[in-house]
Amino acid sequence: MRLFTHNMLSSNIKGVANGFPLRIEVEQVLEKQVDFNPDFLKNLFPKLEWKALVDAARTMGYAELPEEADSLMLESEEFLRKFHHALLELHLEEGALVCPETGRKFPVNKGIPNMLLHEDEVPDLACNQVLCPTICERYGKVD
Amino acid sequence: MKLKQLESMLGELQQFSNPKVELEQYPTGPHIASRMLYAAENSFGDVSNKVVADFGCGCGTLGAAASLMGAEQVIGIDIDSQSLEIASLNAEDLELDINFIQCDIRNLVWRGPIVDTVVMNPPFGTRRKGADMDFLSAALKIAFQAVYSLHKTSTREHVKKAALRDFGASSAEVLCELRFDVPQLYKFHKKREVDVAVDLWRFAPKTNQGNST
Ligand SMILES: C[S@@+](CC[C@H](N)C(=O)[O-])C[C@H]1O[C@@H](n2cnc3c(N)ncnc32)[C@H](O)[C@@H]1O
Repeated sequence: MRLFTHNMLSSNIKGVANGFPLRIEVEQVLEKQVDFNPDFLKNLFPKLEWKALVDAARTMGYAELPEEADSLMLESEEFLRKFHHALLELHLEEGALVCPETGRKFPVNKGIPNMLLHEDEVPDLACNQVLCPTICERYGKVD
Repeated sequence: MKLKQLESMLGELQQFSNPKVELEQYPTGPHIASRMLYAAENSFGDVSNKVVADFGCGCGTLGAAASLMGAEQVIGIDIDSQSLEIASLNAEDLELDINFIQCDIRNLVWRGPIVDTVVMNPPFGTRRKGADMDFLSAALKIAFQAVYSLHKTSTREHVKKAALRDFGASSAEVLCELRFDVPQLYKFHKKREVDVAVDLWRFAPKTNQGNST
């Protein structure tokens, strides 16, 4: 799992109000080289949670990112290289993601985070307000 | 990448070794998969240099196709760990660099407008009613730019109404009608495959979800 993915994932347990960012527990980190694409990074930068990336990178043993960043820094190749490395080249191969509210662990094995929930953790879906009218209309009442 | 080349590379991928009926696991064939991604890129510019998510990625055919068509990052999501394992091997074989997450699409919580395009061949909902609509609703929440999906032609009106009215899509367009060979997974059927009429859709999410550049 790259920190790119980590920057999007949120704990999805029933009742959790703020499941982002997930804490990282590291067992094994891999580094894999990826082609450097400055335009992609510039485009993505405003959509990311910078602090979550900095903290996650530090947990993974990479402490080169500045605590704060703004779009002016995107002019610097040196900055972009570090950003690139943290976001795309560090992989959590083995470890866990931890829900910041409940402490529930989501295991990461062979680089794949397992976000499946136990039955009692699943938010009430049957009456998902958006979906319910559609499903009811098409199939009759949802049980 | 040429269409023919894309199709033949997708034809090499390993597919479900032990398909789980309840999850409606059957692959999108290389013919349809290659055309789906080819159209997304060449008619709409929704793939190259984009972040593409493959919902219910199974063995990863659509995500691999996106990656081969130049997607910058691809994220494959499936509920089933065995499929994800095959999908990672497939990605490795083609030297593609794909991110995978094991998650139930219904419970996916994602932050931010990071994903540009979602591609998917959702379960048609023959085993669990409304499964395709769960996928569509989730995809339209997450995609910034476009959703490509396959749905049975017999549900066309319904899909359109749900997308526009309930899931806030700003457009819903059938790009073409296809014949899809769904392998017969049910014992009580005699034929090995059934031919189902399926629409290839392109949906655009809510306009205020933004016009990405
Ligand atoms: C019709 S197959 C398509 C597989 C693959 N995308 C392809 O095109 O070859 C549907 C896939 O959705 C997955 N799936 C079914 N229900 C799911 C759910 N609730 N959340 C995530 N994945 C699901 C199945 O495991 C299966 O791999």
